[in-house]
Amino acid sequence: MDVLKKVPVREQDPKVRATNFEEVCLGYNKEEAMEEASRCLNCKNAQCVKGCPVSISIPDFIKEVKEGNFEEAYNVITKSSSLPAVCGRVCPQENQCEGKCIRGIKGEAVSIGKLERFVADWAFENGIKPSVNAEKKNKKVAVIGSGPSGLSCAGDLAKMGYDVTVFEALHELGGVLVYGIPEFRLPKEKVVKKEIENVKALGVKFEKNTIIGKSFTIDELIDKYGFDAVFIGSGAGLPKFMGIPGENANGVFSANEYLTRSNLMKAFKESDTPIMIGKKVIVVGGGNVAMDAARTALRLGSEVHIVYRRSEEELPARVEEVHHAKEEGIIFNLLTNPVEILSDENGWVSGIKCIKMELGEPDESGRRSPVEIKGSEFEIECDAVIMSLGTSPNPLISSTTKGLEINRRKCIVVKEENGETSKDGVFAGGDAVTGAATVILAMGAGRTAAKGIDEYLSAKGN
Amino acid sequence: MYSILEAKELADSIYEFVVKAPNVAANCEPGQFVIVRTSEDSERIPLTICDYDREKETITIVVQVIGASTYAMKSLKAGDSFHDFVGPLGRPSELIETPIEELKQKKILFVAGGLGTAPVYPQVKWLHEHGVDADVIVGAKTKSLIIMEKEMEAVAGTLYITTDDGSYKRQGMVTKVIEDLYAEGKKYDLCVTIGPMIMMKFVCLLTKKLELKTIVSMNPIMVDGTGMCGACRLTVGDSVKFACVDGPEFDGHLVNFDEAMKRQQIYKTAEGRAYLKAKEGDTHHGGCGQCGGDK
Ligand SMILES: Cc1cc2nc3c(=O)[nH]c(=O)nc-3n(C[C@H](O)[C@H](O)[C@H](O)COP(=O)(O)OP(=O)(O)OC[C@H]3O[C@@H](n4cnc5c(N)ncnc54)[C@H](O)[C@@H]3O)c2cc1C
Ligand SMILES: Cc1cc2nc3c(=O)[nH]c(=O)nc-3n(C[C@H](O)[C@H](O)[C@H](O)COP(=O)(O)OP(=O)(O)OC[C@H]3O[C@@H](n4cnc5c(N)ncnc54)[C@H](O)[C@@H]3O)c2cc1C
Ligand code: SF4
Ligand code: SF4
Ligand code: FES
Repeated sequence: MDVLKKVPVREQDPKVRATNFEEVCLGYNKEEAMEEASRCLNCKNAQCVKGCPVSISIPDFIKEVKEGNFEEAYNVITKSSSLPAVCGRVCPQENQCEGKCIRGIKGEAVSIGKLERFVADWAFENGIKPSVNAEKKNKKVAVIGSGPSGLSCAGDLAKMGYDVTVFEALHELGGVLVYGIPEFRLPKEKVVKKEIENVKALGVKFEKNTIIGKSFTIDELIDKYGFDAVFIGSGAGLPKFMGIPGENANGVFSANEYLTRSNLMKAFKESDTPIMIGKKVIVVGGGNVAMDAARTALRLGSEVHIVYRRSEEELPARVEEVHHAKEEGIIFNLLTNPVEILSDENGWVSGIKCIKMELGEPDESGRRSPVEIKGSEFEIECDAVIMSLGTSPNPLISSTTKGLEINRRKCIVVKEENGETSKDGVFAGGDAVTGAATVILAMGAGRTAAKGIDEYLSAKGN
Repeated sequence: MYSILEAKELADSIYEFVVKAPNVAANCEPGQFVIVRTSEDSERIPLTICDYDREKETITIVVQVIGASTYAMKSLKAGDSFHDFVGPLGRPSELIETPIEELKQKKILFVAGGLGTAPVYPQVKWLHEHGVDADVIVGAKTKSLIIMEKEMEAVAGTLYITTDDGSYKRQGMVTKVIEDLYAEGKKYDLCVTIGPMIMMKFVCLLTKKLELKTIVSMNPIMVDGTGMCGACRLTVGDSVKFACVDGPEFDGHLVNFDEAMKRQQIYKTAEGRAYLKAKEGDTHHGGCGQCGGDK
């Protein structure tokens, strides 16, 4: 064994997986996990922990894995994380825990994410559940949204003994984990449902098909239904469009629509909800969402191009996802920006007019900003376009809640240390506060707010 | 699960359901809609709230069978239930946010086409209960497709019924009735029209000429109904609106109907296939030249 290299993880062959929706990465088995765990140096001043937004005791859980004590390892992880099977799969580890790992200086970092995933999957298979041991408190908390932030906030509060109800607008629980991230990256039955079952097992109640701001307001939750505190984890689900001509043509979709049809409504297999399968699909954008949309379209049988205005280096998607997308046959048209969508006489997309870009001076974010090359317009023929330009928080809640401060970007303003909003007894976290970010940050924000709510309610007494 | 308390056939392939839905009934207003799923794997179907009873905690919906998902609702009976029933969605009708005194000054005309009668009803009823009697035009292809005549008569000022084929009451399209009324010297301050997009388009073309402000209720294809997918986007004036959160009611003189009607056809082929499968079992394999099942 080469200690400088990760134990390779088994994956589905790119040619095979390009035609199915099964999980791409197959994960470690026991032996592989224990071998990978033995690469960890069990650092005293572990840098990896600093890279993890929820500070999982990484060396401790890896030590247990090395020794084959998987249940112990699970207990260590669940002290800090309520969705390990999810985070082990979708965290951008290369920038977080693994990005800081000492092993990474000379060779490859320890596969912390894959080990975390192994432990969580092992716990599912062996029916191990996170433990509850709190005394019941006679206080009710409402949680809005069942995405990672809502689930972790609800889970933590239930562990502290609160009576928690989660309100979800859709007919399924999980937020982006069910409607956004595709099956081949995050299996729904095998992983997401089970993580939610764990939260249910803690005594959390769930009310689906309930839209706060429409079915009832936050004020009603407090005044009429007697909730003592409210957590808003409503995410950032409002899709952006480019505002270029032709964008309402038939065959132009937001990534949210495309992914929701495929994931939530299960259009990728037999289902009543249709999805358009283009011959040639252009996905505009370069983030995780764009990769997911592109790889979904590819699996449905389309030729897929990613059109992105900067270069490969600036692609905001995770390296692993870009690598997987390329392996599967997605074509990247970089330094290219759409200026118009062309359509035929019946209103259907027939192509997309783009302009070539070059990189200019770095902008505030430090990334070199793209500049149009005059006169370089060209057309790409296609029959569908998926716009994946990012999302912002939905105004449904902010516009129906008096006294809730939001910022210029429509994000809810909170105190970072406890998630408190400008409205008494109302807390918030996750994408609704930060704008579109990551699962682990949303989960961390849910935990912080759970602590904040506990302090708030304890201080209030009875 | 949301139990169905009453189910009845109103006309050929038009069905009415009274559904127990406390959370929706508590807060809904005329003009809003719900999204319904019949079973575990069903599509999310948007349907206008046609009536509500806050005390009994019920919502009335009226459904026209046009495709696979609405076909699946056809056989539901009292005692059955819907798997999902979420709402109220969209914004309440502008009327109910206008001060009553102001409404009393106005002459209001409702124009309903076919199934559009059902969503027009709660608005007319609401006005009637607040002491405003609006005139109502109801049009349908033929006599058997006229619905809710008695209910409407009870709440409308004057009710004008017309059929395309002249099989009942007046003959001609709803636009003809508007023209006739204006020819008789009637004048209105506000028109609200709900029905098939093509009808709303022609009503708007006419009322623009008559300088009669007209509100339409748009029914584009929707998925979530909460502003998350953008499937329902429309061009209204210079801007793009999401019908599920910004609407469904808009100033009809600003709506780009041609684009909206094209967008409604996006899934026509796929839907047609699903419908035939639901109706005939898996026996349809193309060749009819309609559904594209052979492509
Ligand atoms: C396609 C895609 C791929 C992604 N890939 C990754 C990845 O690989 N790694 C990663 O770390 N992150 C990824 N992300 C980002 C990550 O999923 C989000 O940052 C995270 O899910 C945010 O969690 P949340 O709890 O704040 O909100 P969400 O997950 O958005 O959940 C919010 C929930 O609230 C519900 N809701 C909204 N409004 C209301 C209301 N008024 N009443 C009731 N319920 C309401 C919504 O229906 C939703 O279920 C991806 C996102 C997308 C869209
Ligand atoms: C806000 C709103 C309110 C509505 N209120 C009612 C109502 O009160 N009663 C009622 O019967 N219907 C109503 N509709 C229309 C209803 O949602 C559609 O008829 C239904 O979704 C069709 O489903 P299906 O699977 O049976 O037919 P599909 O197989 O999906 O469609 C058959 C044909 O209808 C068209 N179509 C698809 N979706 C829609 C849609 N959302 N609206 C219009 N046409 C569509 C397609 O072009 C297709 O060719 C409303 C729609 C909206 C958006
Ligand atoms: S939660 Fe994410 S960042 Fe933290 S250890 Fe796990 S994979 Fe790394
Ligand atoms: S930094 Fe790397 S080697 Fe050190 S404890 Fe963390 S995972 Fe192990
Ligand atoms: S239906 Fe999805 S945004 Fe309106």
